[in-house]
Amino acid sequence: MLEEGEDGALTGLRTLLPDAGRAHLLGITGPPGAGKSTLVDRVVSELRRRNKTVGVIAIDPSSPFSGGAILGDRVRMQTHATDTGVFIRSMATRGQLGGLARTSFEATTVLDAMGYDVVLIETVGVGQDEVDVVELAHTTTVVSIPGMGDDIQAIKAGILEVGDCFVVNKADLPGAERVAMQLAAMLHLRESSGENWETPILKVEAEKARGIDQLVDIYEAHRAHLASSGGLVRKAVRRNERVFHELLRERTAAQALHAVEGGGEPVLAALRAGEIDPYTAVDRVLGEEHD
Amino acid sequence: MAERKIRVLLAKLGLDSHTVGVTVIAGALRDAGMEVIYTGLRQTPDMVVQAAIQEDADVIGISSLSGAQMQHIPKVLARLREESIDDKLVVVGGVIPDEDAEALQIEGVDKVFTMGARTGDIAVYIREWWEQQGR
Repeated sequence: MLEEGEDGALTGLRTLLPDAGRAHLLGITGPPGAGKSTLVDRVVSELRRRNKTVGVIAIDPSSPFSGGAILGDRVRMQTHATDTGVFIRSMATRGQLGGLARTSFEATTVLDAMGYDVVLIETVGVGQDEVDVVELAHTTTVVSIPGMGDDIQAIKAGILEVGDCFVVNKADLPGAERVAMQLAAMLHLRESSGENWETPILKVEAEKARGIDQLVDIYEAHRAHLASSGGLVRKAVRRNERVFHELLRERTAAQALHAVEGGGEPVLAALRAGEIDPYTAVDRVLGEEHD
Repeated sequence: MAERKIRVLLAKLGLDSHTVGVTVIAGALRDAGMEVIYTGLRQTPDMVVQAAIQEDADVIGISSLSGAQMQHIPKVLARLREESIDDKLVVVGGVIPDEDAEALQIEGVDKVFTMGARTGDIAVYIREWWEQQGR
């Protein structure tokens, strides 16, 4: 319901809000092939071992051509398929700018309100998505792997400033130490966010579940840090502002189109036929067209 | 308001490890604008049903090429009924003898697509069902 923007959905969501806010939201991002899904699977296992219930939102890209998607992250989480303490939901980006669907924001609220202790959000890891995840999550993990060339540029500028924890996965492969060192060098250069959290860089082998218990220790420590530093409140404020702006944009656009003839189809038709340019089209919809 | 996407769960039950067909179908359904949740190999009826619930699947597609269709699929249908979610569209594809196809359709499978079925036909069938549901 949330994904289609159905009317009842947001009202329903509002009634859940008082029950939300207790879950620890963990974002996991990184380039394709970094092993995020496998990492998520092992983290879920470790959290379950520590008696936590877990929700997972696994996000994959929608095809820009067909609007469809293949959502295959579940395949890597088979061990949890019948565990009633784990809820896995696959979502497609559906062409939202930034990749992290606004509705995944809301999906985490639902899982939070349902009482899951931890909600993991795994994202596609290209473009602006990484920064989006940070706005949403309490603790964001950036995953990289050796052998991506000299390219720590694979880690985009934004994420370096906002990642709370960096993981070098597939650390058994050659070059792992070098990646860790490059990350350390870049973190050293980044301006202190004033948060007083020493950002860890951890080498793991998700496949073999090596280093996962240390990773979950880091998550618990970060959560405690946020609680004591007021970080939880600050993040919640930023999240609310972000949702406000996105929702406002969506609703005003929908209202504007709804208010004109044919729901804006004639304008769109003219645009597609090359009769008008996009700027004129928008002016026309908003009734601000000058001759 | 965004458009409602058809969510299709694709699964392979038991020890059947023929993945080519289901992979081709996944791609075809994505190209037809659907969201395909591929659950992979070695699914049990319980896993399929749990996934269908969590993912709010509209359609459940089972790929069966190892001859074990009569062992597994009726169990999936029974579990769906137990969970009261048997209003989902259930389609089966693969290597299924005609008598079994008939038996499965009597038990509750909506349609069996056997060898020679075109991927386009499957997408059309699903979309027609969808439209009939009034969505």
